[in-house]
Amino acid sequence: MDINRVGGLGYVLREGDLVRLGALARHRDVELDEGIGSRCPMITDAMAVLGHVAIRNRGTVAGSLAHADPSAEWPALALALDAECTLMGASGVRTIPAGQFFQGFMTTAIGPGEMLTEMRFGLPPPGSGSAFVEVARRHGDFAQAGAAVVLAVDGDEISHARIALLGLGGTPLRAIGAEEGLIGERPTEEVLRSAAGLAVESMQPVDDVHASAGYKRQVGMVVVRRALAAALGRCQASQ
Amino acid sequence: MSGVPVIDRSLVTIRANGVTLSAEADVRMTLADFLRDRLGLTGTHLGCEHGVCGSCTVLLDGRSVRSCLMLAVQADGADIETVEGLATPEGGLHPIQEAFARHHALQCGFCTPGFLMTVKEYLAEKPAGGEAEVRERLSGNLCRCTGYQNIVAAVSELVEEGQP
Amino acid sequence: MTGLVDGYLGASVPRREDRRLLMGAGKFAADVALPGMVEAVFLRSPLAHAMVVGLDVSRALDLDGVLAVYTAADLEGKAESFTRPFYKNVDPEVERRSNLEITPYRADLLARDRVIRLDEPLAVVVASDRYIAEDALELIQLDLEPLPVVSDAEAALAPGAPEVNPDVPGNIHARFRIVAGRPEEALAASPRRLTETIRFGRSVGSPIETRGVVAMPDPGRGTLTVWANNQRPHLLRTYLAEMLGMADDHIRVIAPEIGGSFGGGIYAEEILVAALARDLGRPLRWIEDRRENLGNARQSRDQVHHVEVGFDDDGRILALKDWFALDCGAYNPFAITIPYNTASHMRNQFRIEHFESEVVCAATNKLQNTPVRGAGRPVAVFVMDRIVDLVADETGVDPAEVRRRNLIPGDLMPYDMGMLYRDGAPIEYDAGDFTEQFERLLTVVDLDGFRREQAEMKAVGRMIGIGFSSHVEGSGYGPYEGAKVRIDDSGHVTVHTGTTTHGQSHETTLAQVCADALGVPMDDVTVRFGDTDLISHGGGTFASRVAVTGGSAVHMAAELVKAKVVSVAAIMLEANPGDLEVVGGRVYPRGAPDVALSLAEIAQAAAPGGFATSQGIEPGLEEQSFYIPPTVVFASGSHAAIVEVDPETGVVDLIRYVVVDECGRAINPMVVDGQEHGGVAHGVGNALLEEVIYDSEGQLLTGTFMDYLLPSATDVPRIEVHHQEFPTERNPIGVKGVGEGATSSAPAAVASAIVDALRPLRVRLNELPVSPARLLKLIEDARQEASSPT
Repeated sequence: MDINRVGGLGYVLREGDLVRLGALARHRDVELDEGIGSRCPMITDAMAVLGHVAIRNRGTVAGSLAHADPSAEWPALALALDAECTLMGASGVRTIPAGQFFQGFMTTAIGPGEMLTEMRFGLPPPGSGSAFVEVARRHGDFAQAGAAVVLAVDGDEISHARIALLGLGGTPLRAIGAEEGLIGERPTEEVLRSAAGLAVESMQPVDDVHASAGYKRQVGMVVVRRALAAALGRCQASQ
Repeated sequence: MSGVPVIDRSLVTIRANGVTLSAEADVRMTLADFLRDRLGLTGTHLGCEHGVCGSCTVLLDGRSVRSCLMLAVQADGADIETVEGLATPEGGLHPIQEAFARHHALQCGFCTPGFLMTVKEYLAEKPAGGEAEVRERLSGNLCRCTGYQNIVAAVSELVEEGQP
Repeated sequence: MTGLVDGYLGASVPRREDRRLLMGAGKFAADVALPGMVEAVFLRSPLAHAMVVGLDVSRALDLDGVLAVYTAADLEGKAESFTRPFYKNVDPEVERRSNLEITPYRADLLARDRVIRLDEPLAVVVASDRYIAEDALELIQLDLEPLPVVSDAEAALAPGAPEVNPDVPGNIHARFRIVAGRPEEALAASPRRLTETIRFGRSVGSPIETRGVVAMPDPGRGTLTVWANNQRPHLLRTYLAEMLGMADDHIRVIAPEIGGSFGGGIYAEEILVAALARDLGRPLRWIEDRRENLGNARQSRDQVHHVEVGFDDDGRILALKDWFALDCGAYNPFAITIPYNTASHMRNQFRIEHFESEVVCAATNKLQNTPVRGAGRPVAVFVMDRIVDLVADETGVDPAEVRRRNLIPGDLMPYDMGMLYRDGAPIEYDAGDFTEQFERLLTVVDLDGFRREQAEMKAVGRMIGIGFSSHVEGSGYGPYEGAKVRIDDSGHVTVHTGTTTHGQSHETTLAQVCADALGVPMDDVTVRFGDTDLISHGGGTFASRVAVTGGSAVHMAAELVKAKVVSVAAIMLEANPGDLEVVGGRVYPRGAPDVALSLAEIAQAAAPGGFATSQGIEPGLEEQSFYIPPTVVFASGSHAAIVEVDPETGVVDLIRYVVVDECGRAINPMVVDGQEHGGVAHGVGNALLEEVIYDSEGQLLTGTFMDYLLPSATDVPRIEVHHQEFPTERNPIGVKGVGEGATSSAPAAVASAIVDALRPLRVRLNELPVSPARLLKLIEDARQEASSPT
């Protein structure tokens, strides 16, 4: 079933701080949207390593979410952004938060006869920083481990933290323990390092042809730490 | 005659390099096979048929796509540019082709059409260039012969010249 | 472009192949389309080892659009099995001196009762198009009873291992042993010794084009035309003639444009498509898909070496014993080509008088191991360069210094290595200066400067390192190559030769050779090859041989034609042949260009019934030459790689890569550099990314380009190429081959750089490829080793 010719689905809209992506919003369209990129560089980082331009020209955000490959970028981004997904079906329309959308290995909340028609999220407020770091065998390949991070600092305390993981389990994961551990802390290198260590506890990687679960955990910790550091740097830059 | 699967056929019409062409295609036929076998545009090559090597890259409505991953019917009504459309009708080479020749940026030539189309899209963006950016942009096209160096040199020169 | 005053040899002439390839007008195998053509696909075994209990193709035959389904039984009377390896039998003297034991090669085209490797073909479906043929495959009922699988060489050689191939007792395809000097004594007498196990994983040649064959019978005449992207059309014709029971001359093999090859052979699919086309009486095409290619064509390397090295405190290597096993797969069509290359290139540029290589080619339930760019040399170089690093670590002498101390000095050339090359001739490095080559490399990379920079970087946790590799490459392998040069009545020069090209620019380089030898503008020369109708015998393209053998044959034929041109012109001008010159396609007495004759005039005079022939000269301006090399010529190279290792992720970044190459006289430097770039890229892939992985059941885990990782533009660094030139006297144009040397050294150079980046930690990088995951583990192991009490 090919929806490419259904009109009105390819939108990338910004209504104030709310970003709305239609079912046919291509990765490339989001990548080139400067408004999104300037407020949320995590997305720009991620798009740069999502396959290659020819893939991004056709691939859609919604498609990536529905496919729910745990090594893909958008499922983790959706978690980090507290995104919402709109599902439309014969029985009506419903909204699911990203945190409940991914239910198992490549399995989502989309029911029989339903279609994911929109994904929306709020742009991180000014003063926050976001970053995306992944390790892959080659540029554009699926991530062996990756982290999508959003941080906000209020005064000298971390006020908001989202750490979403890709390639480190059967679904994209939030390192909730690490996130909670960051709130209220001063944003020092020590604190970030400790959060990365905590994030490992949320990881459930499996062995594959390219790497062992052990390697993925090790590198998972590294990408979380690096993403946190980059996000923090962007926080500070935007203040 | 048992076990005959029902296969739909469809008339697919595209503007290929500015010329409107139509042919029948099974709905499961890929765009790559359609271009090659139905329209005789064999310059687009198949290296993997799973979207990784980039040899099959063409421009669809100005955007690069993996023609091996699309169905012909999906391209109905679209503007397709293939390698055959780069040179002038009189046989004058496109600046991208000339740069590739100048820099010995091809050896066996099999991956070359895919690179040319990728580069065409890239140059149209009037990019900033620089070796890292060029290599990243080319990383979706695999070459086994050249080691990429001369391709990077050709593309870098084109960027610097503001081509085309 | 007009004729160059200085001659074409050594000129970076732009390629004539480019125009059509850039325009997408090159005709590759999949572009060959003939009226009435149908398509073939192969049913391949889903198990690595099994008895065939049942094969029912009836449902497939019933499918609309399917013309035929062939199984082994259907080949009776249509095609014979393979019964001999792809090169002439091993040179008898080599065989004798190496105590060679080798099992004869035999392989059926389609498996009948038993499959002994994954993907082994069992049936061929012929249908009106490939889509339908693939539908039909799914309708074939195949019942297999699994048998135990042997998936690596050491398991194959272990006592009690299951039998892989009933024709191969003890799972040993071949074994041999080479000795130079007295290694046993020398080892015993060495002040220091070390042993190590070094491995090189399996990789795939993987050109971007897959294999393809189109066969077109002429039932009326009983002839057959076969297009195949095969490196050796004449050899393929020989096999087709034998296996199909036809006369050589009734078969024409044409190589279309070939999209890279990197190694070849004669494949069952090629024979089958030809046989079935003949049986069907219509054109038949088979175009391989990528999954097939990764599992069925050009797998190579896959060797495990146990080395014992004797050395002294100065890092001088005094003796080397190497026992190695090559995982040869279920069949062995290439005799001992690869392992003998490994053994005969192991010592490379080093002066190691006492050497022994003991080799076993083991049978496993995998694809046959066949030559891929480097053909045994990349493994030899990795092993030898690893030994240099190990000796450096043991003695505390800088690795570059260890290398220096062991190189064969320039003043000892030509240098006898004390053993035979596989063509039966003694290995003698003919011309070169390895010390000068390495010194040049060190100067270009500024080793001292790098060591200073390295110290500063390591102090802040940035792990950068430099690695070196040296190699020699025996190139220009025989037994012969042929060329015909003809000047037609219009004065145009045509060269026909028996080689093929798959990116090596021969259409250009051989035209340069001919134009140079004849004294004509290059534009007046057309080079054609890859067609058995063009010349009676052809060697083909492999083993970095065309510049040497093809170039020499072209040169010789061109010289013969030139002599004839001059003698005809002499008659016409009433001059002394010795006073005549051929310049820019015109012939005139030295100093009197105004009376010049054009080649067209001379050709017409030389035509049957023309003026010259009325004077008693044999008609025609066409000469054929076969160049038979005395033995190989040794090209060489020294590489340096500079890398940065991310010690937290194991990711390796290639920062700089320098090559100093020696390939004799370069016909076209631009082409040579291109070969270096491509060769290095291939080696980088072999070092860091590419690995064929079969699991313990012989299932292929790397069947797509997402799992078999070819290097992309962001994986290959910029490569700086510098040249030495030591023209050889072993052929008339002084050239050496250059296609494979870079691939032989790149893996070793990269590995060595990684080891250097992590020093003082002693990382035991004894296996390639090294992925980030593997490197991280090696780093951990090294740390544990360093911190445990000794």
